[in-house]
Amino acid sequence: MKTRYTEEHEWITQNDDVFTIGITDYAQEQLGDIVFVQLPEIDSEINKDEELSCIESVKAAGEVQSPISGIVLEVNNDLDGEPELINDSAEDLGWLCKIKCTDHSEFNSLMDAHQYQAFLRQLS
Amino acid sequence: MPRADDFTKRHIGSTPEQISQMLNDLGLGSLDELLETTIPDAIVSKHDLSLPRSLDENRLNKEVRTIAAENHVAISMIGMGYYGTVTPPVIRRNVLENPDWYTAYTPYQAEISQARLEVLMAFQQMIMDLTSMDLANASLLDEATAAAEAMQVAKRVSKNKSARIVVDQNIFPQTLAVIQTRAEPLGIEVIVGDLEAGLAEEPCFAALMQNPAGDGLFRDYKPIIEQLHQQNALAIVVADLLSLVMTQPPGEMGADIVVGSTQRFGVPMGFGGPHAAYLATHEKHKRSIPGRLIGTTVDSNGNLAYRMALQTREQHIRRDKATSNICTSQVLLAIMATVYAMYHGPEGLYRIASGINRLARVLASELANLGFEVVHDHYFDTLKIRIPGKASSLIDKAERARYNLRLIDDDHVGISLDETTSREKVVGLLEVFEGLTTGQVRGNLFDIDLPGSIPDHLARTSDYLTHPIFHHFRSETEFMRYLRRTASKDITLAQSMIPLGSCTMKLNAASEMEPISNPNFAHIHPFAPSRHTYGYQACIGSLEKMLCEITGFDSFSFQPNAGSQGEYAGLLCIRAYHHANSNPDRDVCLIPSSAHGTNPASAIMVGMKVVVVNCDANGNIDIDDFRNKAEQYQDTLSATMITYPSTHGVFEESIVELCQIVHDNGGQVYMDGANMNAMVGFCRPAEIGADVMHLNLHKTFAIPHGGGGPGMGPIGVRNHLRPFLPDHPVVSCNRGGSTPIGTISGAPWGSPLILLISWSYLRLLGKHGLRRSTQIAILNANYIAHRLDPHYPVVYKGAQGRVAHECVINLAPIKESAGVTVDDVAKRLIDYGFHAPTVSWPVPDSMMIEPTESESLDELNRFCDAMIRIREEIAEIEQGKVSLENSLLTNAPHAYHLLTEENWDRPYSKERAFFPTRETRRNKFWPPVGRIDNVHGDRNLVCTCPPIHEYE
Repeated sequence: MKTRYTEEHEWITQNDDVFTIGITDYAQEQLGDIVFVQLPEIDSEINKDEELSCIESVKAAGEVQSPISGIVLEVNNDLDGEPELINDSAEDLGWLCKIKCTDHSEFNSLMDAHQYQAFLRQLS
Repeated sequence: MPRADDFTKRHIGSTPEQISQMLNDLGLGSLDELLETTIPDAIVSKHDLSLPRSLDENRLNKEVRTIAAENHVAISMIGMGYYGTVTPPVIRRNVLENPDWYTAYTPYQAEISQARLEVLMAFQQMIMDLTSMDLANASLLDEATAAAEAMQVAKRVSKNKSARIVVDQNIFPQTLAVIQTRAEPLGIEVIVGDLEAGLAEEPCFAALMQNPAGDGLFRDYKPIIEQLHQQNALAIVVADLLSLVMTQPPGEMGADIVVGSTQRFGVPMGFGGPHAAYLATHEKHKRSIPGRLIGTTVDSNGNLAYRMALQTREQHIRRDKATSNICTSQVLLAIMATVYAMYHGPEGLYRIASGINRLARVLASELANLGFEVVHDHYFDTLKIRIPGKASSLIDKAERARYNLRLIDDDHVGISLDETTSREKVVGLLEVFEGLTTGQVRGNLFDIDLPGSIPDHLARTSDYLTHPIFHHFRSETEFMRYLRRTASKDITLAQSMIPLGSCTMKLNAASEMEPISNPNFAHIHPFAPSRHTYGYQACIGSLEKMLCEITGFDSFSFQPNAGSQGEYAGLLCIRAYHHANSNPDRDVCLIPSSAHGTNPASAIMVGMKVVVVNCDANGNIDIDDFRNKAEQYQDTLSATMITYPSTHGVFEESIVELCQIVHDNGGQVYMDGANMNAMVGFCRPAEIGADVMHLNLHKTFAIPHGGGGPGMGPIGVRNHLRPFLPDHPVVSCNRGGSTPIGTISGAPWGSPLILLISWSYLRLLGKHGLRRSTQIAILNANYIAHRLDPHYPVVYKGAQGRVAHECVINLAPIKESAGVTVDDVAKRLIDYGFHAPTVSWPVPDSMMIEPTESESLDELNRFCDAMIRIREEIAEIEQGKVSLENSLLTNAPHAYHLLTEENWDRPYSKERAFFPTRETRRNKFWPPVGRIDNVHGDRNLVCTCPPIHEYE
C-alpha cells in the first residue's frame, strides 16, 4: 500500500485499483472542531479536482477536491454521527471515501510522504 | 454656529470641552486638522452641501405630523399579503418602542444575546407548529424573497436535475415578479402554469403554489404534491400563517418547503415593511436553509444556552460558495410576531382567525343574497367577486366610502378581511354593494347559520403552539415582566457602547423613532391608491433628494431591504447595463480579498465570476495586482466591488485610480456603503468614481439594528444606470425607467416605515450636524486607536498615521505570548459590561472597533480602560503568574449563578471575576450564561424550544 499527498492536504492510499481518500492531520488542525461531513454518493462518477466532500467546522467550511478520477465505491458512514473522528484520527479512522480507478497516473504524480513533509515545512 | 436648541449636540456623545481634550491628546489643534490628515485630498469634495435647514425636535415632531396627515388611512381590504392587525399595546410599548429590544445588534455574541435567541427559538417553534414542518429558520426579509430563496434551496437539493420551476399562476404578482427576477441570472426557467389543471409533462425541479391562492381560493394540494414527488421534484407552498390555525397545514399536504410572511401577527403594514418572513422545511435540508437558524447548546457550566447554529453555511465564511447572500434578517419583527403568538396563545389565534372567517362568510352570503357572484366556495379570509365590466367603478365607489378593495381585473374585485374587520365595517361595505342592486341587506345577517368555507377534510385537526411558552402569559403583568426580564439578558445600546466595526452602532434617537408609531404611517397598505400616500411620497422623495446630495448620485431605489439586497440589485443594474450595450459577455467581478463575504455571494447570485484581488501588507488593495487583473479581463470585466473607506478602516489613497482602471477597462464600480459614516458631508462616492452604491440606512443613517434587522440597503446610481432600477408589478416605482432589472422585494419601496427614521435623522442634523458627526466619528476612532495602540498594536493606518471611523487592533501577539485568543478577550469584555468589537474580521486574530460619534469621552475611556485592564490580566499569564487554562480570560464570561458557588476553585477572587472595575460595582451586567459551546451545538443540532423547566 502506497500513500500519497496533495497540496490541498489530502492523503490517498492505494490498494490495487481502490484508493482511500482523507484529509491530513495538518488539515484537520487548521479546520478545528469538525461538526459535519458531507460525503459523495456511492456509485457516483467523479473527476479529478471536482468537489468530493465538504467538511464543516464551527469556524470554516472546506471543500475537498478529488485528487483522482473514478467511481465512488464506499463512504465512511461513521462520520455521520461522529464527525470528530477526523479530528481524532484524520489519517486512519477519519477516512472519507474509497474510489475505484484503473488509471494510476494521476495518483503517481502526487507527493509522497517525504515531499509532503517538505511542503509543510515550507508553509510554516 | 449651532443654534441653542440644535439636536446635534444631543446626537454627539462628547461635550465641546471633551472634544478639545481628545484633540489635545492626539496632538491636534482642530477637527479640521484631523480631517486634513485623515482623508486624502483627492477625494475631498469641493461641493457645498445643500440640505434643508436642520429642525429641532419640536419642529421635527410638528413636521412629521403635518406630513403624516397627508396620508389617508382607509379601511384596507386589499390583502395581497398585507393585512390590518392589532399590535397589543403591551407589545408596542415593551418591544417595538423599547430600546432594550430595538438597539441590540445581531446575536453573533451568543452570551449577551440570550433574550433575542430565546424568542427567536420560539419563533422557529411557532412556524414549525403552524406549518407542520420539521425545521424553520429565524426570519427572512419578506414573503416574496422567501419564495425566491425557497426556489434556490429546491434547485440545490432536488433530485430532479431539470432547470425548470413551475409557478402556479394564482399567486401574488409581487411574489412571481421577485421569483422571475431571481431566476433569470441563475439560469432557472420559470414556467407560469395552472396547477389546478395538473402538472405538465415536462420535468421540473420544483413547483411553487400558494395557499390560500392569490385570489383567496383555498385548495387541496395533496394530489399535485404527490405528482411532483413521483418525478423527484419538490413542492414549495407559500402559506398565510393565520389561515393555518384553521386549515390543514402544508406539511400535512406533503410540502417540502413552506414560506410566508408573519406580518399579520401584530406587525403594522407600514406601506410595505419591515416584516419578518419565514422558511420551513424538512430536517434533511437543514444545511441548505438560507439565513439564520437558532439552535440550543450548553455553556461552560453545562447549562442550556442558545446560539446561532450552522454559521459556516453563511456568506461571511463561504463567500462565493455560500448558499445565499442573505445576511440581515428581521429580528425585531420576528420577535414582535412571536410575542403576539405568546400573548394570544393558540386559542386566541383561533378566535381571531375564526372570527375573520366567520365575517368573510357573512359577507359572502350577503353579497350572494344581493345578487353578486362570489367566485370561490373555499376560502379563508379573501373573497373574489365577479362583477363584469364594473370592477373599476366599484373600487371607486368603495373608496368614496373609505374602503380600499383590490382590483383584480375588469371583471373581478378582491376583498380581504383581517383582525381589524368589525361587523360595522362589513355592514358599511355591504351598503356600497347594496347601492348597485335592487336587493337589500338582511337585518339579521350576523345570526344566520352559514355553511363552512373550508371543506371538513381540509380543516386543521393537529395541535399547535402546545409549548408552555405560548400558554403562560395571559395576564399583562406576567407578560410585561417576562419581556422585561428576558430583555435584561442582552447587552444593547441601552446598557453600554457597542463598538462593532463596520456596523456603526450610533444613537437611534427617540425623536427619530417616534414617526413609526404614528398610525398615519403605520397603517398604510403598500398598494393603497397613490392619492392616499402623499405623505409617504413626500418623505421618500425628500429622503432621496438628501441622499443624492450627500452621495452625488442622480437617483435612488429604496426597494432593497438590506445591504445584501442592495449589492444584488446594484450588480443586476450593472449586468443589465452591459447587456443593453451589447456586452453580455462582461461577467467578471473583481473583489478584493478584504471584502465582506456578502460581496462575492451577491456576485454569484447575478451570474458573475468572482476574481479575487490581493491586498498588501497594509491592508490596502494591491494596485498592481488590481491593474493586471483588470487588463487581463478587459474584454469580460463587468464590475468591481469596493468598500470605502476600506474594510480595514483606512482611507486608501489609490481609490480614484482604482475606479479609473475599472472604467478604462470597460467595467463599472460598485461601492459598498457599509463605511459611509466616515464620509458623510466630506466625500461624495459618485465623485470618487462609483457608478452605483448601497447605503446601509441601519448603520450610517440611524435606523436601529433591531437585534439583527430590520435593515435597509437602498442603492444610488449615476444617470446611465437609472433606466435599470427595480420596478414593481403592482405599483410602478422606477419613474419611467425604461428597462428595469425586475423586482427585488415584495413591496415597491422596501420597508418605508423605517425610512422615516433616516429622514428624521437627516432633518434633525442638517448639513452642519452631519459634518460634525463624521468629524467626531473619526476623532473617536483615532482617540481609541491612540489609547489602545501601546497595549494592542493598531494594524492599519493611513498615509499620515490616521485611521478612519474605525480601527483594527492586532491580538495575534498575545495569542503567541500567552495563548489568549481574540474570543477570550471578547468574552472577558462581557464581565466588564461591554459588547465585544467585531472579532477576527477582516483580519484573523484582530478586533475592529468603531465607536461612532454618539459615544462620549467618558464611555470611550471606560471601554479603553476595560481593554487595558484585560491586557494586564493577559500579562499575568505571560509572566507565568497564573495558568492560561484556569484564568480570568478562558473562564469568561462569568455567569451570575457562579456568584453563590460554594466550591470556588479558581485561582482568582470572585471580586476580580465579577467586579473587575469600580464601574462594574455601580452598573453590573450579569451574564446569564457562561461560555457557549459552539461545537456541541453544531454536532447536536436542536432547533426547537426546550422543555419549560429550562426557563425557570
